[in-house]
Amino acid sequence: MKVVVCTKQTPSTTATFTVNNGVVSWDDPGGKPNVVNPWDEYAIEEAIRLKENHGAEAAIALTAGGESADDVLKTALAMGCTEAIRVEDAGFAGSGSRGTANILAAAIKKTGADIAFFGKQAIDGDTGLTPVMAARALGWTPLTYVSAIKSVSDDSITVERQIETGTQTVTAPLPVVISVVKEINEPRYPSFMGIRKASRATIPVWSAADLDIEGAYGPGSAKVDWSEITQPPSRDTVVEFISGDSAEEIAAALATKLFEEKVI
Amino acid sequence: MDFNLTSEQEDFRYFVHDFVAKELKPHAREIDAKAEFFWPAVQKMGPIGLLGLNVPEAYGGAAVDTISASIAIEEIAWGCGSTALAISAHNGLGLTPIVKFGTEAQKQRWLPQLATGRGKLSSLGQTEPGAGSDLKGGVRLWARKEGDEWVLNGTKMWLTNASIADLMIILARTDSTSMSHILVPTDTPGVHIGPNEKKMGLKGSPTNAVTFDDARLPLENLLGVEGRGLQQTLEVLDAGRISIGALAVGLAQAAYEEALQYAQEREAFGGPIAQFQAIQWMLADAATEIQAARMMVYWAAWMKDQGQPFTKAAAMAKLFATEVSERVCRNAIQIHGGYGYSSEFEVERMYRDTRLMTIGEGTSEIQRMIIARHILGR
Repeated sequence: MKVVVCTKQTPSTTATFTVNNGVVSWDDPGGKPNVVNPWDEYAIEEAIRLKENHGAEAAIALTAGGESADDVLKTALAMGCTEAIRVEDAGFAGSGSRGTANILAAAIKKTGADIAFFGKQAIDGDTGLTPVMAARALGWTPLTYVSAIKSVSDDSITVERQIETGTQTVTAPLPVVISVVKEINEPRYPSFMGIRKASRATIPVWSAADLDIEGAYGPGSAKVDWSEITQPPSRDTVVEFISGDSAEEIAAALATKLFEEKVI
Repeated sequence: MDFNLTSEQEDFRYFVHDFVAKELKPHAREIDAKAEFFWPAVQKMGPIGLLGLNVPEAYGGAAVDTISASIAIEEIAWGCGSTALAISAHNGLGLTPIVKFGTEAQKQRWLPQLATGRGKLSSLGQTEPGAGSDLKGGVRLWARKEGDEWVLNGTKMWLTNASIADLMIILARTDSTSMSHILVPTDTPGVHIGPNEKKMGLKGSPTNAVTFDDARLPLENLLGVEGRGLQQTLEVLDAGRISIGALAVGLAQAAYEEALQYAQEREAFGGPIAQFQAIQWMLADAATEIQAARMMVYWAAWMKDQGQPFTKAAAMAKLFATEVSERVCRNAIQIHGGYGYSSEFEVERMYRDTRLMTIGEGTSEIQRMIIARHILGR
């Protein structure tokens, strides 16, 4: 069993955004403006656990992006991934979810993995499409919104999925693509030892020429067009302190307010 | 000359800061109010490497350079002074002597357990009811050889971590003119650990008196060279001072950030108080002094990593950083006005916490004495 985990560099959750003439920029003073997509941290943790506890021969971190995306791969290595690969090519720009899925599928195939983990979605685009599109491109079973791995062997896996009406336990033959939700685990913090190892790691870069990409990618392949980007209007917030003679009175006044504002 | 941290050190800072912001800082007020050591965060520190900063990787440690170790303690202190003191003492006073002076067997026995969080913490016992700054003349605790054992009798005071430790390193008189370090597991019969002392601050960092009543330890529990306990202590304290300096910088940084935010939110006379020069000057002084203190701590740490004599640098860094921290925390309360004096706000805790830093691991007066000795060549 060999595991790959796809991760994406996204803006920090505490970054502040500005839109200027349709161009989005962001910064996070005191922090890092770009981080590992928070959902992917759970996917990375699960990939490492398959290596540590279930005998997977490797837990490979994979990302598509420019040199700065090495940062997220180094975080994955510092957490405990065994190797990392970045795919980059001038021809990949403008790929959208579908093109990116085709590119990642080709890279996943090249790693020889039979389980590919994703976070359930990325916090920037928030589409949640890439895992299923990659599964389609690979011809593998997609297991989405996975909240627990019940058992895994060399040829099959049983997982618990979160669905609207509750949970569902399903078994699928390998290979599979799994997208995870945060209930699956508690991601570990990178260790000093891991950070040191990661900072000295050389990360190979695969270009289009190294991959056997099937299907469209690059400029013109995207099915979604970002025709206009504007700054959301700022919301004016008003703070109101509710007073009263007793806790009951204050609670009643608060409940009335919340009803009036249609919050509850 | 290069004032930049290495990318590895930057990464250490980023990840420790992130860990502390999530796992420790939100609990700091409760830790202080309950006066309880906060194991949930500390247990998570083991796998990260924070419990074995100076310990070689072969024994499960992180083996980071002294600047990285200072960054780690500074960041923990930014979140919680109590926890930072326990972790600083564990790394700097408890584990460092074993790393520096221990036999291979002693390292194998203790380091993997203590550096990874599988066990509890470690503690160094030096001070006694009648011996603080004057260890040489004041230590009355004896370790006498009887057959193949050391027999310890006496009392130690102010042991940071004693009640949350697996192991104590005890400075004991082994003849009338010299002292030695003895490794004492906390569950040794005849060792009595007193209740947690009631203190002004750092309430979540247990401090205990420990009495030794015919406590018997095998002769192989001697740590380092017999008769060189005091010299070993002084060597350990030199490095410990860098750590206390870092801890003071972390507390100052936290208080400064609280004051900076409050000054921009609190309104008086028709605008935020940050528009008034009296407030601006306190903030400007804090930012400047914290920067200077941090640079001095890094400088002392760098000297140590370069293998250069660093006793004077460490004394200067501790003296300056701890006194800066007191001023910054004091002014953070001043900027908060009446609210700053209330335990509903964070800054009064930081002020109480940082008050120890000019006392523990060598008072400001002792630091000035060390510096004076160096500059006067005596």
